Amino acid sequence: MSNMSGLDASFAALSDPTRRAILARLALGEATVNELAEPFEMTQPAISQHLKVLEQAGLIVSRIDGTRRPRRLSKEGIEAMDQWLAILRKALERNYERLDQVLDAMDSNSMRKKR
Amino acid sequence: MNTMTGLTMKTEGDTHIVVTRHFAASPEAVYRAHTDPKLLQTWLLGPEGWTMPVCINDARAGGKFRYEWAHPKKPGFYITGEFLEVVPYSKIVHIERMYLPDPTPENHVETRFEADGDGTLMTMRMTLPDSKTRSMMLASGMDKGMEMSYGRLETML
Repeated sequence: MSNMSGLDASFAALSDPTRRAILARLALGEATVNELAEPFEMTQPAISQHLKVLEQAGLIVSRIDGTRRPRRLSKEGIEAMDQWLAILRKALERNYERLDQVLDAMDSNSMRKKR
Repeated sequence: MNTMTGLTMKTEGDTHIVVTRHFAASPEAVYRAHTDPKLLQTWLLGPEGWTMPVCINDARAGGKFRYEWAHPKKPGFYITGEFLEVVPYSKIVHIERMYLPDPTPENHVETRFEADGDGTLMTMRMTLPDSKTRSMMLASGMDKGMEMSYGRLETML
């Protein structure tokens, strides 16, 4: 269940286009705040705020390297979301597999009503 | 473009969830399966073990619907809603709330059925009031998905 609130935070964190862009950048590899701020016309504190949200959502992690604190994607956080979306997909797909069968039966029972 | 299942599901902007699925039947047939209570009761069941004993559906603008689900071992739940726009065989726009038993925020759903080869492409676009609600909805779906996984596991054992 604690995993649920984590996912909730993850999806909420993804609701912002800048944060999605930051994740896309980090998918290419580790980066510092300065490097992340560069492509966006945003101040460093603004980027830091976004990084904080992503970090709290468990989507990114940081490490200390002298005075630098490079960020990278959190494998666990991203996998948890992927896994969850896969489960939801499966639930929907189960409905639609049933619907496939229903449609198949409709087709063979009734007059082939072609347009 | 699709993988095994043919289902695509993605979030869009802050408040949308978009699901697409191809069916090997005409838009008329797919539309009927989405609006005829007798047909809905055979497939709109979610995880294994659930049935839909009550299915009331008055598919016309201003018409209401109510679906109730039951399970031998779990508390049931229901959805009520109202149709805003109904274009036979091509488009259904409705709002819905799920009662668990507390009502969920209103979900606005537009479902389109379009001819796609010799079948139909269904596009279901859900709009939630805000991103937090969408997150919660995605998270609550997980419960059901989990149940389904366990249900399947039981049948495999």
